Amino acid sequence: MKRILTGLAAATVGLAMLAGCSGGAGTAQAPQGDTIKIGLNYELSGDVATYGEASVQGIELAAEEVNAAGGIDGKKIELVKYDTKSDAAEATTLATKLMTQDKVITVIGPATSGGMKATIPVAERQKVPVVSGSATADDVTVDGNGVKQFAFRTCFNDSFQGTAAANYAVKKFSAKKAVILRDSSSDYSKGLADAFRETFTAGGGEIVSEDAYAKGADNFNAVMTKFKGQQFDVIYLPGYYTEAGKAIKQARDLGVTQPILGGDGFDSPVLAEQAGAQLKDVYFTNHYSSADQDPKVQDFIKAFEAKYSAEPNAFNALGYDTLKFVADGVSRATEKTGEGVQRALAETKGFAGVTGTFDVDENHNPVKAVVFIGYDKDGKLFSEKG
Amino acid sequence: MKNPLVRQALTLWVPLVLTYVIVLLLVQAGVVDAYMQVTIATICINIVLAVSLNLITGFTGQFSLGHAGFMAIGAYATALVTMRFDSIVGFIGGLLLGGIIAALVGFLIGLPTLRLRGDYIAIATLGMAEIIRILLQNFEFTNGAAGLSPVPQYMDWTWFFVLTVGSVMLIRNFVRSRQGRDAIAVREDEIAAESIGVNTTRSKVLAFTIGAFFGGVAGGMYASYFYVIKPEQFGFLKSIDILVIVVLGGLGSLSGSVIAAFLLAIISTLLQPFPGVRMILYALLLIVIMIFRPQGLLGNRELSLRLLPGLRKRRRDDAGTEAA
Repeated sequence: MKRILTGLAAATVGLAMLAGCSGGAGTAQAPQGDTIKIGLNYELSGDVATYGEASVQGIELAAEEVNAAGGIDGKKIELVKYDTKSDAAEATTLATKLMTQDKVITVIGPATSGGMKATIPVAERQKVPVVSGSATADDVTVDGNGVKQFAFRTCFNDSFQGTAAANYAVKKFSAKKAVILRDSSSDYSKGLADAFRETFTAGGGEIVSEDAYAKGADNFNAVMTKFKGQQFDVIYLPGYYTEAGKAIKQARDLGVTQPILGGDGFDSPVLAEQAGAQLKDVYFTNHYSSADQDPKVQDFIKAFEAKYSAEPNAFNALGYDTLKFVADGVSRATEKTGEGVQRALAETKGFAGVTGTFDVDENHNPVKAVVFIGYDKDGKLFSEKG
Repeated sequence: MKNPLVRQALTLWVPLVLTYVIVLLLVQAGVVDAYMQVTIATICINIVLAVSLNLITGFTGQFSLGHAGFMAIGAYATALVTMRFDSIVGFIGGLLLGGIIAALVGFLIGLPTLRLRGDYIAIATLGMAEIIRILLQNFEFTNGAAGLSPVPQYMDWTWFFVLTVGSVMLIRNFVRSRQGRDAIAVREDEIAAESIGVNTTRSKVLAFTIGAFFGGVAGGMYASYFYVIKPEQFGFLKSIDILVIVVLGGLGSLSGSVIAAFLLAIISTLLQPFPGVRMILYALLLIVIMIFRPQGLLGNRELSLRLLPGLRKRRRDDAGTEAA
């Protein structure tokens, strides 16, 4: 009995001494060996797996291109890929794993704002940048406590999109009155709607009516009938394509003829499938357009189609740009460490990607143009820069 | 071995304190790196969730599908309080408040629904959790679907250890108390329990309320460690995840829940390098385990250091009750 206790006590003391000797914990170190490790922390299963997978497709294509062109300073890019299961806590866990165990120089992802926010405190602590191509919530890179030093993104934010849509409504349709129909279960939808409302009313417009639906809704007849009885010039519908396609079809079926504006959530072939022949007079803000004749965009589309036999969407394009953006930062970094890359990314000027040429501003947002994609009154597809 | 206090010290307190000290030292030495710390945090939160649900489902026999709802209440209470009062007092207050509100909700929901029997409770608790989630999604002060961030981080190894061990011990003591025995009697046969004078509704509501309290505490631990909380994290699938741990460990076995929480975290970690097939392998493993151990890893037995040969009590009858 006594002997056991003495033994245990001795073991404890021994362990304590061992611990004292081995010293402090190391933070992220410079990448070693002949590759540059970049972590991918994406939603590959779960609710938003489509966004994660699409982003990863773009990233992998870009990484192949960089490696085929000789890598960065002769070193090949090595991607370390994990699945967050669309769970924010898992995103935190995996970001930690990538930074401390795999010792990546930068982490790309997750695709959604919530997942991204869950990795930023880890990035700040481990001093490794995190970059997302699609986390659009305004407070991802900056909040009340100032800019988050190690967080970057290559997409514009929600309020920028809402503002652009409001300006477009005024400029193109001389709209004075608008109605808003948003998705109550999505913060993205709320962000766009808030920005649209603010800009539209600041410009002298009036929001006649505002309504919301829940994710998965498929009957919009009641709300469209209600809208039909009101006087307005445009409908703003900041939601995802699944519901938006149905809403557009039902609106047109009921004889609601006003232009419908939306955000990048419309960007899917599913929108056209849902709305069918009724996809007329619909316009949405987007990150890029496949109709863009810029050779850079056309080369990207060709390469993407060769690899995946599908037309790239905005998530593919943003993923592609995000890896190129990170690779550019790593090659410009004087020290190849997380902190070195952070400084290089923050100083990015005139980065030319397929989703536009941009500088990184003091809030770590890209300063870039928005693209409008529209189906005109005859349902013909066109795009224009905003 | 004769002195029960010494025996308890040897089988319970000494190993616990040792575990605490060793992990603490390893964390300070950098052997347990940040990633392993996150894994430990996940395990601790899952232990508290599983043990509290086990009290409701395993010991009292009330099939609850709403545990994520209690977790959500605890998480939001802790987040809202610590974001306003960013101090250790705010953290403890938020954690307690979360537990108390969860318990109160559990009590109010339990009072009418626990008069129901069997499957109806599963549906009622499922509905409750969905209502909680949708309310959180639509309230202005919870910031809607975007959720709350950044939640100040107060949880560290010491807090995880204290809260996890504390929760397990309190629930263990409850199960061994008179009320706990009543709850087990209700699970075994509600009519028989009633006939010998057990107030079955009272027993069920009491167990449900206590389980809800610790579910809330686990939610608070989660919020105060993982920075971001959103309503969608506390959906139906989260309740199922918790139930999986309980069933895998064994309905009515606290140590089984603890072991299952460890095991699932280890499996999940080992599968991380295979992102494409990870969830398929995970599900397959669960199916295989359930085929070979349909009663769960430990059934309704408990694993204890007292079962070690040198530490076993001499009297056979007592050893029998330990093992049963």
